[in-house]
Amino acid sequence: MQSFDVAIIGGGTNGLACATRLAQAGRKVVVIEAAPEVGGGAGTVEFAPGFRVSGLAHLLHMLDPRVARGMALERHGLKLAASDLVTAVPGPAPLTMRGVFGKVQGLDPADMEAWQEMQARLTRFAGKLAPFRAMTPPRIARKAGNDMLALARAGLSIRAMGKDEFREFMRLFLINIADVLEDDLTDDRLMGLVAFDTTLGAWAGPRSPNSLLGLLNRISGGARLALPAGGMGSVASAMAEAAHAAGVVILTGQRAAAITVGGDRAVGVRLDSSEEIAAGRVISAICPRTTFARLVGPAHLDTGFLRQARGIRARGGAAKLHLALSGAPEFTGADLRARIVIAPSVDAVETAFNPVKYGEVPKSPVMEIVLPSAHEPGMAPEGQHSLSAIVQFAPYNPADPDAARAEMLANTLAVLEKHAPGIGKLILHAELLMPYDIEARYGMSGGSWHHGDLAAEQMLFLRPFAGVAQYRTPLAGLWLAGAGSHPGGGISGAPGWNAAGALLAEGGQ
Amino acid sequence: MVLDALIIGAGHNGLVTASYLARAGMKVAVLEKNDWIGGAAVSRELYPGFTYSNCSYVSSLFRPEIMRDLELSRYGLQILPYEGGAVFTRDGGYLGMFRDHDANRREFARFSARDAEAYDRYSRDVMQHCRFIRPLLMRTPPDPARFRPRDLAELAWIGRKVMDLPEAQIAGMIRFWTMSISDFLDEYFENPVIKGYLAVSAIIGTALGPMSPGSAYVLLHHYMGDVDGNVGAWGFARGGMGAITRALTRSLEAAGGEVRTGKAVKRVLVRQGRAIGVETEDGEQIHAARVISNMDAKRTFLRHVDEAELPAQFVRQVRRFKTRGSSGKLNIALDAAPKFTALPEGAPNLRGDLHFTDSVERMERAYDDWKSGHFSRDPFQDVMIPTMIDPTMTPPGKHFMSCFVQYAPPKIAGKDWTDADRDAFGATCIDQIETYAPGFKSLILHAEIRTPRELEAEVGLTEGNIFQGELTFDQLLFNRPVPGYAQYRAPIRDLWISGSSTHPGGGVMGAPGRNAAAEILRDARIGHQMSDAYAVI
Repeated sequence: MQSFDVAIIGGGTNGLACATRLAQAGRKVVVIEAAPEVGGGAGTVEFAPGFRVSGLAHLLHMLDPRVARGMALERHGLKLAASDLVTAVPGPAPLTMRGVFGKVQGLDPADMEAWQEMQARLTRFAGKLAPFRAMTPPRIARKAGNDMLALARAGLSIRAMGKDEFREFMRLFLINIADVLEDDLTDDRLMGLVAFDTTLGAWAGPRSPNSLLGLLNRISGGARLALPAGGMGSVASAMAEAAHAAGVVILTGQRAAAITVGGDRAVGVRLDSSEEIAAGRVISAICPRTTFARLVGPAHLDTGFLRQARGIRARGGAAKLHLALSGAPEFTGADLRARIVIAPSVDAVETAFNPVKYGEVPKSPVMEIVLPSAHEPGMAPEGQHSLSAIVQFAPYNPADPDAARAEMLANTLAVLEKHAPGIGKLILHAELLMPYDIEARYGMSGGSWHHGDLAAEQMLFLRPFAGVAQYRTPLAGLWLAGAGSHPGGGISGAPGWNAAGALLAEGGQ
Repeated sequence: MVLDALIIGAGHNGLVTASYLARAGMKVAVLEKNDWIGGAAVSRELYPGFTYSNCSYVSSLFRPEIMRDLELSRYGLQILPYEGGAVFTRDGGYLGMFRDHDANRREFARFSARDAEAYDRYSRDVMQHCRFIRPLLMRTPPDPARFRPRDLAELAWIGRKVMDLPEAQIAGMIRFWTMSISDFLDEYFENPVIKGYLAVSAIIGTALGPMSPGSAYVLLHHYMGDVDGNVGAWGFARGGMGAITRALTRSLEAAGGEVRTGKAVKRVLVRQGRAIGVETEDGEQIHAARVISNMDAKRTFLRHVDEAELPAQFVRQVRRFKTRGSSGKLNIALDAAPKFTALPEGAPNLRGDLHFTDSVERMERAYDDWKSGHFSRDPFQDVMIPTMIDPTMTPPGKHFMSCFVQYAPPKIAGKDWTDADRDAFGATCIDQIETYAPGFKSLILHAEIRTPRELEAEVGLTEGNIFQGELTFDQLLFNRPVPGYAQYRAPIRDLWISGSSTHPGGGVMGAPGRNAAAEILRDARIGHQMSDAYAVI
């Protein structure tokens, strides 16, 4: 039996970030990945002969600078095909924005003034929340061993914005984005775009209370949009390189069947091949629901705890569309090198959310489109294009999954046709992944790419649920490090990096 | 003689403030624009011989501490607790509801054995959250942006209270406050009818659906009340909801105060930055040492105070205070008791709330209609027949039926309600009842249909919002009605607000009026007798 200090289940970006940090600190680490390649949600796929796209996440914007630096990702081969994408809202009167929530062009003066004020304020608020991303979430209890200094510093910096701004912060914290936009702006194109960005990857419409948090979280993780050369898979391979360099052993094509428990602590991992790996610590970087319900199992957890684990809300609301195009599509008023967002108004986003609550498909979905082939050769055959889109909202539990997928694809293509007339004729191949397809392919519960809804009641010290938010679990020796933990998903590496830090701070092995 | 305090609006909160101030020795008058008192807590004879509770229709939230302080039972207030109710299901059955926990659990077991078991856990958890929040109702919210000793002390008190709880309970509480009732119920129950029944309290009066985050808190808001110490119990005010404001008026008059009806206030008089009285629509100027508005924040500051007297930032914040109305009301005089096919003759459930919305999904779809600017095509109704236990409201054998309806938007597709819209809305509701009680329509002697338009025009609630402002976190506690002005004081000296726009919000609770009185007396350095909130349930 092989023996390691630490066994990490899941070779996604968080598993690799966690592994590297631990190995750099001298631990002997193994990463166990079920797929033939590492990367998880960060991968590049060839979905049709010669057509390549990022299989799930398709833009890099939240990569934690600590991770990029600590893993020397550039040195290990990470290159960007584009580093500061412009967002374009197509239409007869186009609007552009720099990255997410950046500078906007195409507004009338009154809206421009209101926008600049809102943009500055919310960006400032998001900046105040940024330090929390790098923190082990505090426990809300007396003598809980929190890092009081870091907490006090973060808290005081919020108060230090001044009385009025502090009050505004407290007012806006759990508000919905639609109210914020409609109070001050009038431009539907801009409001639709921000409403879309706020709810991207969330199971919430812009009129759902607490939705502004989604936007603040996004901005606090990084507002500049980058496109890795060769697709998201190159982030994963650079991370794998870094892990190798640090001495991590990576086992691919090996599925973890169970976490082995001996004497009330996790002592290793049993693989599907029934081979056992012994480890002083086991870290799960896959989704926490699967970790507890399947890999640990009821024998080692108490009922209330297991109920909480099963109760983690993981509702993927986004579908992924891949199109192989025989030529360049023409989006009205939008450059193909832009991130193109089709979300004509706040109500358009809200209306697209309504049906998924009942397991139904929206008539007019809203979407974010990227054409990697417009940025670099090799992503599609010469003169042809590959298109990647995140389409919202998609039901994760429709009555008839196949019919829902077909309907979703038809509705999505109809919307595309409206904004890029003639695109339908260019389609050589179309692939649409519904949340349940994403679940099957990537093993994320509910097809939620955050391994659990990123909603107020599942954030910070409540992520994935209270009691395991500090990365360690009640089962001694078992830790969490995936997107299901604070601060959530989005190809950041932050949960993995934080978890490694928490484990190292604990001392011992 | 100049008044010590002039209160605008004889709603329940205005009367509570007035009574407390009068009892503390102030000379007090209340001005009411309508020819009747009560605001939204009224009994009115709108059809000969029939008393209508035509706005609010049940009582539970009214704070017993206030009833005791102001001796309301001595002045004629009697709350009749009612037992039960029913949700009718589309397949012709029903789920009965009982105030008795065990009876409820047995009824749940008819639908799901697992849910019956979960009900114990659910009730315990909700009660825990109630127990924490209840004492906060009767306290002035601290201002976290200021460093005054009293704000810091209050914050520290709340912080200590939180930290005294077990860690798991704190987490549970924070989740509960931020999540949707639908998600919350999913953690306990599996049966859609049971969830549909329990979700009701989370949507009443709010512009949220059961799947909107934050709706679980609204449930708490409706669970905090009690009748005679029976927490969570609801009752009818004998003689209609007007009995509450009538008793308050008598209590006020006994303490030397007075209510003048038919006196609409035109504007608050401000001189050198101080409120000195009001000018009425009929041109009279009435002076007072302080003016207290029981109207909602928008109405008070945007309509009755000269904008030049207010800080620009404050006006901007008041403008964006959310008051979207979400409910309507049908008040119906009936020739006889309706017969619901699902219920046996004389079933006790008829004495309680009757619902037709048998799933959370149906409720949420009703909300989707509201979001799109239309009243719900398949609305949620909370139907009550108070005359089943209170015979004083109608002639013998006849009945008064109150139907609270969601959702009804403040505007229809962006345009003002027309009479035709209103009638279509009423017909939708009546048709729904007819489905479950064939022959119901033929019993109708008279029906009053109220949409947000009528609520605004008659009661003065902006956009017909029955809580004088939505109950979302951005408008609760120290944010209510706007940050920096949650302590019942307006930006103008001697001008106060005491309505449901202030902490802790709407419902016939009386707490905002009482808290405002406490602050006024504090500033005036007048000692007073005011019970604290019961700390324990």
